[in-house]
Amino acid sequence: MDIYKIVGIAVIATILATLLKSQKKEIAIILSIATGLVILLYVSLYLNNVIDTVLEISSRVNLDLSFVKIILKIISISYICEFGSQICKDAGESSIASKVELAGKVIIIYISTPIITSLLNILSDF
Amino acid sequence: MEVDLIFKIAAIGIVIAVLHIILENSGRKEQAMMTTLAGLIVVLLMVVQQISLLFETIKSIFNF
Repeated sequence: MDIYKIVGIAVIATILATLLKSQKKEIAIILSIATGLVILLYVSLYLNNVIDTVLEISSRVNLDLSFVKIILKIISISYICEFGSQICKDAGESSIASKVELAGKVIIIYISTPIITSLLNILSDF
Repeated sequence: MEVDLIFKIAAIGIVIAVLHIILENSGRKEQAMMTTLAGLIVVLLMVVQQISLLFETIKSIFNF
């Protein structure tokens, strides 16, 4: 049932944004940002449960929790990066969008260096 | 609160567009510009609150 609400909100907001685009393009951009935020906030409850399940499973398998947290961080960074770059592209600023994507990629690599280092340590111990 | 935000922003946008057109046609271009800017700032403030709420939620979900 919730997916109907989400799709309904998205369609109505798209129509309103198209209405405003010819008059005030800036408000249309802000409207699309707000819609994305509302939908994301709505879905974050479900996401919470999924993440809790993932953490529980990984603790049962005796997986090192710090690695799972790094993976979760990477997922969230990629989501936010995608969100921001899509908004920039919608507004016509595709150069800013590509810089946002580049920043996201750099930060993801920066965060995943501990995993690579520990993997190399394990390999060198053999 | 959440869905109302979208409608509020759309309503403010329509009102600003109408005011802009009226003020421009009556010859007061500076006031038209300033009204547009003021409305933009109001809407931006509303959205920035929601953005900070979103980032807080994401932080708490992913346990930073």
